[in-house]
Amino acid sequence: MQKKAFKISKVAFPALGLFWLLVTTLPFLFVAFTSFKGLQETYTNPVWMPPESWNFDNYLQLLNSSFLIYLRNSVFVISVSVALIVLVSSMAAYALARLKFRFNGLLFGLIVAGMIVPLHVTLVPIYLMIRNMGLYDTMFALIGPYVACSLPISVFILTEFMRQVPKELEEAAFLDGCGPFKIFFKIFFPLSGPGISTVAIYNGIMLWNEFVFAYVLTSSPDTRTLPLAVWDFQGQYAADIPAILAVVTLSTLPLIIVYAIGQEKIVNGMMAGSLKG
Amino acid sequence: MSDGSVQSMTLRSRQSYRRAQKLAPIVFLAPAIILLSVFLLYPLIYSFELSFLDWNGLGDGARFTGFDNWERLLSDAVFWQSALNNIYLAVFSVLIQLPIAVLLAVVLDEASKGSRILKILYFIPLLMSSVALGVLFKNIFDPNFGPINSILTELGLYDWTQDWLGDPDFALGSVIAVVCWQNVPFYMVLFLAALSSFPREIVEAANLDGASQSTIFWRLKLPHLQGTFRTAVLLAVIGSMRYFDLVYVMTDGGPEHSSEMMATYMYHTVFNSFEMGYGSTIASAMFIIITVIAAVSMRLSKRFETEI
Repeated sequence: MQKKAFKISKVAFPALGLFWLLVTTLPFLFVAFTSFKGLQETYTNPVWMPPESWNFDNYLQLLNSSFLIYLRNSVFVISVSVALIVLVSSMAAYALARLKFRFNGLLFGLIVAGMIVPLHVTLVPIYLMIRNMGLYDTMFALIGPYVACSLPISVFILTEFMRQVPKELEEAAFLDGCGPFKIFFKIFFPLSGPGISTVAIYNGIMLWNEFVFAYVLTSSPDTRTLPLAVWDFQGQYAADIPAILAVVTLSTLPLIIVYAIGQEKIVNGMMAGSLKG
Repeated sequence: MSDGSVQSMTLRSRQSYRRAQKLAPIVFLAPAIILLSVFLLYPLIYSFELSFLDWNGLGDGARFTGFDNWERLLSDAVFWQSALNNIYLAVFSVLIQLPIAVLLAVVLDEASKGSRILKILYFIPLLMSSVALGVLFKNIFDPNFGPINSILTELGLYDWTQDWLGDPDFALGSVIAVVCWQNVPFYMVLFLAALSSFPREIVEAANLDGASQSTIFWRLKLPHLQGTFRTAVLLAVIGSMRYFDLVYVMTDGGPEHSSEMMATYMYHTVFNSFEMGYGSTIASAMFIIITVIAAVSMRLSKRFETEI
């Protein structure tokens, strides 16, 4: 009985693992193959076959297009947003984790409750606000909503983290004459490194792929971020499937490269981020 | 340094410390509170405010109409269809994704060789933006060019080919399939993390007692995953109620609202029909529904926990 079950897992498990590997990777293989095909070939050659001759035209065409501007915009918006998220949420987390004041618990609860707010509910009001502020179709239109929507979860993660910093360090710094501000910048901020990188990675990925706010708050290629490149090019190239799939490939590449480098950190970051969510 | 000067110094620093201590919470929390108030709390209230207006979003044409929009919502078949679609999405997400995810997690947990590279490859769908995935699957489901129909034809199953996203009978199912495909790896990693914390000694002891692999799985590992399972269900349900990007790109809620979600319907109402007021009513209703579901399921899972 035992032997039989053991054998089943020996055969069935690798088969299952392999099957799911196909399910996951075949769509990507299809994108990659097709993006190297000429338009003509997509109609004659079966779709799951590799291209007869590898054709780089689609990619060369992209590098000469506004694609790089979308990429630059994404890098700018995401770096500014993540820097602000880290600073603002770690400051708030320090106050909530370590300072004694009235309404501390209540405030923590209210901020964390922000996690269940579906962002689409804020879409129309934010669109109207941004329009009234004269920020419509600028990259700054995105930074405010991006930072704010990332705060609840970031504050939650970092508060948990800072609660674990030993009291003795704080007391020693206090005896050396440090006030709360010095204690924060000299002790809590540096010691929260792992928590901060979790927050930065999680929000970085989420915002890198964010679509609807960028779609609604910006309109020109000069201000739009990478997910919108896919959307805008799809409209432009309408019937040129290989060209569209080249955009899909190229827009996915940055995250896959980053993921290959920091795999463990990214998985941990995403888990921590969503587990608490 | 004499004793006295040390004492006076600490006294002075203690005073300034106390002053700083009073000021500190305000300074540290102000940026977060201001940002959250402007971009989260205020929009939420503003959305409810807008739900009482009839307004095209431009100029001064806003007209207060009381509960008209809410009455319209209650008898709006499209809204209820979209809410129902969100519920289908939630139910199938739980029924399809979680079992596959648990199974894959167990497989990866057992197999040490090669599982690292599998873990990496399995994870990629999660890293892609929903727009890119939407465009990709729009092509995969394409009735003329897409690989699905091509493969079915090649296999001699021509009768099975469909206009997957263009046929009201198949659009929602196709969308749900892609949503599951995208999110399985997430729950897989979640269960994998839970399994890795399962004490090895217990497995070894069970092995010594002659327990079979399947007994170990059903009697030991699965119960160990219970807490994670509840978290996963909660995340899947709440996530399904607010789904937007992928559906918007793949089907735009169509054809004939067959794959409409609350969020896509809200978007269409505001940005295509220019009904700011009614769109905000849909958004506010969405907020109420999700809050209620979140509260109920958290209460339930807590009660569940205390019963055990």
